[in-house]
Amino acid sequence: MTITSAPPSPSRAKRRAGDRVFAGTATGAGILILLVLAGVAVFLIAESWPALTADPADLPDGRGLAGYVAPLLFGTLLAATIALLVATPLAVAIALYVSYYAPRRLATAMGYVIDLLAAIPSVVYGFWGIAALAPAMVPFYGWAAEHLSYIPFFAGPASTTGKTMLTTGLVLAVMILPIISAISREVFGQAPALHREAALALGATRWEMIRMAVLPYGKSGVIGGAMLGLGRALGETLAVAIVLSASGGITFNLISSSNPSTIAANIALQFPESSGLAVNTLIATGLALFVITLAVNMFARWIVTRRADFSGAN
Amino acid sequence: MSTETPVAPAATGSAGPVGPVRPRRRLPQYAAAGVYVVGLLVGALLSALTGFSVALTVGYGVILGTVGVYLITRRVEGRRKATDRLVTTVVTSAFVIAMIPLVSLVYTVLHNGLARLDSEFFNSSMLGIVGEGGGAYHAILGTVIITALTTVISVPIGLLTAIYLVEYGTGRLKKAITFLVDVMTGIPSIVAGLFAFALFALFLGPGIRLGIMGAVALSVLMIPVVVRSAEEVLKLVPNELREASYALGVPKWRTIVKVVIPTSIAGLGTGITLAVARVIGETAPLLVTTGFVNSTNLNPFSGRMTTLPVFSFYQLTQPGFPPEFGIERAWTAALVLIVLVMALNVVARLISRIFAPKTGR
Repeated sequence: MTITSAPPSPSRAKRRAGDRVFAGTATGAGILILLVLAGVAVFLIAESWPALTADPADLPDGRGLAGYVAPLLFGTLLAATIALLVATPLAVAIALYVSYYAPRRLATAMGYVIDLLAAIPSVVYGFWGIAALAPAMVPFYGWAAEHLSYIPFFAGPASTTGKTMLTTGLVLAVMILPIISAISREVFGQAPALHREAALALGATRWEMIRMAVLPYGKSGVIGGAMLGLGRALGETLAVAIVLSASGGITFNLISSSNPSTIAANIALQFPESSGLAVNTLIATGLALFVITLAVNMFARWIVTRRADFSGAN
Repeated sequence: MSTETPVAPAATGSAGPVGPVRPRRRLPQYAAAGVYVVGLLVGALLSALTGFSVALTVGYGVILGTVGVYLITRRVEGRRKATDRLVTTVVTSAFVIAMIPLVSLVYTVLHNGLARLDSEFFNSSMLGIVGEGGGAYHAILGTVIITALTTVISVPIGLLTAIYLVEYGTGRLKKAITFLVDVMTGIPSIVAGLFAFALFALFLGPGIRLGIMGAVALSVLMIPVVVRSAEEVLKLVPNELREASYALGVPKWRTIVKVVIPTSIAGLGTGITLAVARVIGETAPLLVTTGFVNSTNLNPFSGRMTTLPVFSFYQLTQPGFPPEFGIERAWTAALVLIVLVMALNVVARLISRIFAPKTGR
């Protein structure tokens, strides 16, 4: 408010008690969120401190904290990378189909179905992975081990249960598909109608219109969505815990039955039976996961907001 | 252009380039789809050579169909149209392929879960059950109690934060909170569980497992979802309404309580319901905070509690002996869980439809 020569407004002078209380409560709630996030970091560090400072020989496996975390970290990144590589192209295709190819009346229903996919609990995806996907993949693994074994990813020996890193990656891909496609759909839908219509009016085919008017506009949105999906895949617990047969160390072999576990799945499987320093070690691995997902999410938000700043659509 | 091409349309098929302008040739309307189906059929034949399998049929068929459509369109309609057809085919195929897991998932859960969907499943706990029978009575109650507690914790904090961000927030604090809420959305659920465990373990000693710990963990996951959706909805309330209220001398807090919130109540309800749907299926944080028991425990402040997802997980991974009964219970629990989540989604849609503010239109 600018101060003018008019008499000072009375409402400015007396701020009612109710107002002060309400504003205080609302601000307090906001600050509480800051505290919670700080609390997550502080309490995780506090509980993992004994493991961080302990003698390496006392930890599980006796190889020290770095030796314990390294295979888990590798497994986490490998599974998430497979998921991302499989899910991103499919998600972009789904988003394009729903936005520009599907019959208009079907498109809304399809968008709703995809949103429902995102709401299905992760434990159910794990069930599906082990009951339907893993057995279905076994013949392929056998074939790949026989014919493609010169590629390190398919070195074999093939798993007979299908509980492999590749199956896990595919389950994760199905889980993050709706997230990426929802965000892609949103940015594709926002592509300026004038540009699209101009392209079509100049005689562009539908694909040329998409390539020239939609994709350049939606590119960073797709990248941001993929990063969010990556964050979800990195932190996914139960689906991995159920599907992956985890018993090995670092390996790029995707189709054998000895795979590195992931951080989250390892915590879920080991935590209920652990005590003492083992609990602290698991919390330390959780801290590592927290830091990684934090970095990925911040990067994703940065990309998405950068688009918002420069797009001129808002 | 028509003056240069005196040939009748019927003759264009046999004639080559006539005159300086080539008549535009087009495929009949359903030709592309037909070629694609032929590709699929050839794919089925190819896979039949090496012992029929559905995956191979789809694999060969999609590739053959796509290549066929591209080549024929390119021959008849030219390169640009062919590329367009190619992308259409690829995008549509990708969409259909992506739908396969969903259909397969629903089928698998229904197929395996319907066997034990009986009254005993809802009316008995696992206390003293070995082998056949038993149910998820304790787990369903646990889920209801913990989710209710989570909602009670999260909704006031989330709603007030959203009100702060929309109505009061300025400057650096607002920016920081917005950013951190975004970051909080991405916290892995297992880390939220570890946080709750670390918090309680520090004060109550390690080995502690309580229902309220699970509620705290889930709140960490639910609060950012509530803030996000509530913020979006509150922003939609037109400023004219607020200004009209101020003009009548109504204080700001009463404006918020009496004007802003009632106007946006439908959106708030939808957002909260979807947030509940998001946390009700969470398993990982409860695995490390609430533990697992076979009996019914209704007190979230003492002793372990079981929830439906955790129950389902343990019945699948540790089914006992003979294993088939535990596995059946696990699938039925998964089915109940999906139905619950779907129901919450439908309720959310209904809320936004029924309680939407009555506009003049």
